[in-house]
Amino acid sequence: MIEVRELRREFTVTTKVGRFRRERRVVRAVDDVGFEVAAGEAVGYVGPNGAGKSTTIKMLTGILVPTSGFVRVCGVDPARRRRELARRIGVVFGQRSQLWWDLPLRDSFELLRAVYRVPKADYASRLRECVDLLDLGPFLDTPVRQLSLGQRMRGEVVASLLHGPELLVLDEPTIGLDLESKERLREFLADLNRERGTTLLLTTHDLDDIERLCPRLVVIDRGTVLADGALDELRAEVAPERVLVVDLEKPAELVGLPGVRSSRVESNGLRHHLTFSRDTTAAKVISAVAAQAEVHDLAVVEPEIDDVVRRLYARR
Amino acid sequence: MRAYVSLALAGFRRYSTYRQAMVAGMATNVAFGLLRMAVLVAAVGQAPIAGYDVAATTTYVWLGQGLMAVVVLWGDKQLADRVRSGDVVVDLYRPWHLQSALFAEDVGRAGYAVLVRLAPPVAFGAVFFPFRWPGFGTAPVFVISVALAVAVSFGMRFLLNATTFWLLDNRGVQALYTALTWLFCGLAVPLAFFPDWALPIVWSTPFAAMLQAPIDIFLERGSPWPLLAAQGFWALVVLAVGHLVLARAVRKVVVQGG
Repeated sequence: MIEVRELRREFTVTTKVGRFRRERRVVRAVDDVGFEVAAGEAVGYVGPNGAGKSTTIKMLTGILVPTSGFVRVCGVDPARRRRELARRIGVVFGQRSQLWWDLPLRDSFELLRAVYRVPKADYASRLRECVDLLDLGPFLDTPVRQLSLGQRMRGEVVASLLHGPELLVLDEPTIGLDLESKERLREFLADLNRERGTTLLLTTHDLDDIERLCPRLVVIDRGTVLADGALDELRAEVAPERVLVVDLEKPAELVGLPGVRSSRVESNGLRHHLTFSRDTTAAKVISAVAAQAEVHDLAVVEPEIDDVVRRLYARR
Repeated sequence: MRAYVSLALAGFRRYSTYRQAMVAGMATNVAFGLLRMAVLVAAVGQAPIAGYDVAATTTYVWLGQGLMAVVVLWGDKQLADRVRSGDVVVDLYRPWHLQSALFAEDVGRAGYAVLVRLAPPVAFGAVFFPFRWPGFGTAPVFVISVALAVAVSFGMRFLLNATTFWLLDNRGVQALYTALTWLFCGLAVPLAFFPDWALPIVWSTPFAAMLQAPIDIFLERGSPWPLLAAQGFWALVVLAVGHLVLARAVRKVVVQGG
């Protein structure tokens, strides 16, 4: 669905030097990026601010022309066949609106139907489905300027799906949304990916989005790809340790547990945080603990995804 | 094509949502019309100037007051603002020709303006002051002329807005444009009032095609065909140049912000 190789984009930045002189400097926003996304995948594209995420997305949608490199989206070169591609993909920019500000939501949808030449029947069924799933009914006839951010974002997502795109690109779709709106949107997107097979590519700073939606993660920083793989694999790679938290019935000291690298004790020896490596299993650690003391409760904690990404950034 | 028709209708509806703005605009418009009329009628009251007697002058004033909102003489900055903020990315990834899409919306806007901004001041002028209606045959020619004026005006405003792709801030260009239109489109005084040596110059700008041309056709000052031809010429030129400029802008565009 997406094929990117040795993609590069440079910008010329002028900075003031002294009173009249200006210095021109070439900045590489995207430098030698390469990845592929197969049809039906859901991929998270993450990186800190200024990493080159949005620039990549703009090149994928054909808005920006790459300085060099190879891009194919749905089998076409985006910059050359931007309009053709636009009919086959949907794009949501979390920080920008694609709706007509002073018209009711429904009118924006109708306009997009005309712009994308969507057959009436397809449009009606897609709209009905989206309206039901995202609960747009109560504000379909409200002018966009009067919608709350959460309502508007739901509208934005529907607007990008009316023409039934094969690929949906989302640039920070959950930015600024409250927890409930985020959750609802994620559920909807997960459904879209699973049921309709729409390929998803999303950039986000909210790693919960990734956790919920994207089995695969592409991490970029300063214009280059740092890591590409399944979230679980990346986790195992950079954060090889997990933590077993056990609450004991009676305070006790635990010694000689297999694979446990460090431990921390709380509540006067009632609660133990045991950090163990991935070459042992949680079950082994648990049985070793149970052999020494009576266990009241336990939990295995995976490293937070934030942690994983932070370590990936730090690894450079 | 259907898409562009829908966009034109949407343009019409977008503007029709602001009724109070429309009423306020109309009131200002009539007040200024009275002022302009007072000054000009005082000038032509003794003897007609360049063929403008009192009736022709009042007709010129009220028609001008109405048309100025239809052809938007002062420039707009919708696209410029979107370029500045970076929102233009949304417009750029649509499967449309951006210039045509904006033109369609502007046609819708102009259609609405004909109803609420052109008709009332003209009716006001016709009821309360001497007014010169054209013959029946002139009406369709006048309609075409207004349509061409809207096209020229849109083309000019599009170019004006497109400068933002390079300048980021086009307020200077905008101010210059407003000054030029005010002088050369025939709003301050009829272009015929200019000294003889200046007439060929003022008539050869696209500004004349935006306001004075339709007014002269309405007043039946000479044959309408050279005026229509000039309007058609300018409409083609500014729209074509706009198309080329946009193509260049898209190649080099730096979309602002993340």
